[in-house]
Amino acid sequence: MNVIVCIKQVPDTEAPIRIRAGGGIDETGLNLVMNYYDEHATEAALRLREQFGGTVTVVAVGPERTREALRQALAMGADEATLLRDPALDAADHLQVARALAAFIRSRTPDAVICGKLSTDDNAAVVGAALAELLDLPQATAIAKLELDAGAGHATVHRELEGALEILEVPLPALFTVERSLNEPRYPSLPGIMKAKRKEIAVLDLAALGLSANELGPAGATLTGLATPPGRTAGIQVNGADPDAAVEAIVTFLGDRAKVL
Amino acid sequence: MNTDLSEDHRLIQATVRDFAAKEIVPVAARLDQEARYPSEIIARAATLGLMGLMVPEEYGGAGMDSIANVLVQEELARASAGVQVIVSVNNSLVCDPIVRYGTAEQKRRYLPPLADGRSLGCYCLTEPSAGSDAMALETRAQRRGDDWVLDGRKFFVTNGVEADICIVYARSEDAPGARGLSAFLVEKSFPGISVGKVEHKLGIRCSSTSEILLDDCRVPAENLLGGRGEGGKIALATLDGGRIGIAAQAVGLARAALEDATAYVKERHIFGRPLSNFQATQWALADAATRIDAARLLTYRAAWLRDRGARCTREAATAKLIASETAMWATHRAVQLFGGYGYIQDYPLERYFRDAKITEIYEGTSEVLRLVLSRDLLGSRGNAHQ
Amino acid sequence: MAQGALPEVWVLVAHREGSVRKITYELLGTARGLAGEGRVVAVLLGGGVEDPARIFGQRGADEVMVIDDPRLTQYTTEGYAAALAALASEHTPALLLIGSTAQGRDLAPRLAARLGAAIVTDCQTLALEGGELVATRPMYTRKAIGTVRLAQGRPWIAVVLPAVFPVPEESDRSVEVREASLPAEVRIRTRVVETRAIERETVPLTEADVIVSGGRGLRGPENFALLDALARALEAAVGSSRPPVDSGWVPHDYEIGQTGKTVSPQVYIACGISGAPQHLAGMSGSKFIVAINKDPNAPIFQLADLGVVGDLFEILPRLTEAVKKRKAAG
Repeated sequence: MNVIVCIKQVPDTEAPIRIRAGGGIDETGLNLVMNYYDEHATEAALRLREQFGGTVTVVAVGPERTREALRQALAMGADEATLLRDPALDAADHLQVARALAAFIRSRTPDAVICGKLSTDDNAAVVGAALAELLDLPQATAIAKLELDAGAGHATVHRELEGALEILEVPLPALFTVERSLNEPRYPSLPGIMKAKRKEIAVLDLAALGLSANELGPAGATLTGLATPPGRTAGIQVNGADPDAAVEAIVTFLGDRAKVL
Repeated sequence: MNTDLSEDHRLIQATVRDFAAKEIVPVAARLDQEARYPSEIIARAATLGLMGLMVPEEYGGAGMDSIANVLVQEELARASAGVQVIVSVNNSLVCDPIVRYGTAEQKRRYLPPLADGRSLGCYCLTEPSAGSDAMALETRAQRRGDDWVLDGRKFFVTNGVEADICIVYARSEDAPGARGLSAFLVEKSFPGISVGKVEHKLGIRCSSTSEILLDDCRVPAENLLGGRGEGGKIALATLDGGRIGIAAQAVGLARAALEDATAYVKERHIFGRPLSNFQATQWALADAATRIDAARLLTYRAAWLRDRGARCTREAATAKLIASETAMWATHRAVQLFGGYGYIQDYPLERYFRDAKITEIYEGTSEVLRLVLSRDLLGSRGNAHQ
Repeated sequence: MAQGALPEVWVLVAHREGSVRKITYELLGTARGLAGEGRVVAVLLGGGVEDPARIFGQRGADEVMVIDDPRLTQYTTEGYAAALAALASEHTPALLLIGSTAQGRDLAPRLAARLGAAIVTDCQTLALEGGELVATRPMYTRKAIGTVRLAQGRPWIAVVLPAVFPVPEESDRSVEVREASLPAEVRIRTRVVETRAIERETVPLTEADVIVSGGRGLRGPENFALLDALARALEAAVGSSRPPVDSGWVPHDYEIGQTGKTVSPQVYIACGISGAPQHLAGMSGSKFIVAINKDPNAPIFQLADLGVVGDLFEILPRLTEAVKKRKAAG
């Protein structure tokens, strides 16, 4: 089974974000990590390899520093890693990113493509499903369970809907985007980190992908501004030492201010 | 001089930090309160390769350098100094001397289980009447046929209860001091070795500290580690690595205190303003941060020298001395900043404070370290313990 | 408020088992604002909704376009994508609004790639400026608000967050229903084996007006019963922060936060939740936040409109009784 995992490098969700006056965020001293959901995607791919054999290839679109995230995937156990790096991709929108990934993936004919359901920098959740369309693969997004019947050539997945669970049968090859509840990602073991050190990360630009600027297309969506959200300030604080008085304060609040009682 | 960490070192640090935050921090307080050995965590740590960090890959280790070790120890200690010392002793005081002085057969036999978590190691040097004056130890080793027979009492042994592989230092030669000592690899399954009294400690309570009793303990001749009479040299050289590990432990503890205090003073309000608004608080945090920074860099330097195969006795002693005193200072200050909350077990500050004290004592008390350093300065030759 | 207007805005109706989901009405209101005097079309795929002309007309649609094909009775990505792609290529609407539901998020990007559309998701505001669609959306764990512009010259798809836009007032009108058909050749490769309702007594979190949520301070799974009781009294949904999920006290679908759901109810009552940034990312959009925690230094108090420093085990049962009494009194 050959599985391709698409990953992204994003700021650590615990890191404070400093917005730059000229646009974008200030990356100095910013802790950049593999997108949390992509760890789950990588783990899913590694488990498929443990079950069925084959290779796990990890690919990312991004600047040079993205190598560290690819290195982490290699340290978790991925067999090979490729960085798609091109100035034209620096300010790419999601569909352009999907086109670049599709160009790489088409040359590989995988049995499964796995992505995180979203990336925690922009929460867009666009690249996965767009990529499935471009590759003409059936898809299942935000899956919480994945069972493969490689012999029969399909997967059975669970998806969490609002208030319901959907069980889908998806023929392979297919694209999946994964939820957090799918698995527990392994830590890169320290021997794994040492082995990953010796693996080469391939770097491809658009020309190497055979993708012309025309095929990449112009950006349809552009991020034109970033602002800090309006702050919430603390309201009233009540000492709950007297629970009855506290309850009265809450009930009054729910009735008069929040208007739900 | 590049003080940046390499990409691999950063990944190692991030991985262990993540592991510690997810798996050690949530249980650290309970492990300390119950003085319970963290067997599940140690098993997980072994899966990650943390128990044989510097053991060559061919023996199942991670094949990493001392800088990587220091990074790992600091991250573990930030979460729990007790868990960290279990790992540190296994790495620096047991695996390391086997790697450096062991025969191919000894390495093949002992390193893989120590690295993968099947076995735990301990280091038996100290005796009731030979602590700082360790080279005066009295445990005897006598040849009897194909075996050595060891008799004596070792004490304050970290991992004493759970360890299966003990490096025991005993007097094998008719010579006083360091030159009379040899090192032995003793399995708990050998006849005549047992665990004696188990200590109840102020801190690092989830790691066991016990006596190891040797009563006509038969050790096969091939379990001599290094040459006869080399035990003193091995013990002291091993302690250099051990001290670097403890320095990292102290840095981790100090950092725990600083990070928790920094978060706290931003939230806690007194007289209508956050504590962080008061200059005394600001200065205390700045002092802690600068001292921790210095201690960390000293620790890195010692590790860096060790990786180059250079002698690092002075640098390891310096690092441990400064780091342990920093840990005491920072944890003490942090408890004070937290006020009443620093004294109760609902918050980890009191545990950091209790854990920090041992860093000034074991693997060379601050007094012994001062002796080592002053002798280095004043040009006194020979054994620092004579 | 829109500046300029679009000639035609489509809204994909979100429905399940015959009932229309609230977000559909929110989208109709948004669509009306953007269309001005232009046309608002509610697109209903699959059957099961009674009297669509009245329901959607009442909330501002000018027309309802229906494809009632058995192949669309169950949502599938490819079925819905084929239907919308066929409709869009025939009618070329300027903008399609889709609600940010599990199905909406599954469909919209695929459709965008198929149509070569410009897409923006998680929209909190939408406006027209200089012929472009401008949306704002939360980014970086809600630490920033991003402004995204969709370029002219291609169709637009905007996926809109629930409970952000108001539901328009009902106005009495009925509108034209146009029937369309799904092309004969549509490839639908996935198969829905089963849809199982999750046994939860209350409204889904993302649609609830009131949420009662618990954290580590609840101490154990059995204490979620306290939240359940309060939620029943308030007709609220029950959620949690991450630690109870990690500890296995409640299933993952309870989780609110960066790695769980994002909610923006009218009231969010946080019980025994300290307020880590990961959690705040999921609920800071709530209109009112009430926090009950025994730790006066818990970060959640920085956000709470009403913060109660006290023992939730004393407060919750009394609160449930007080709420019941107040509701009974009318």
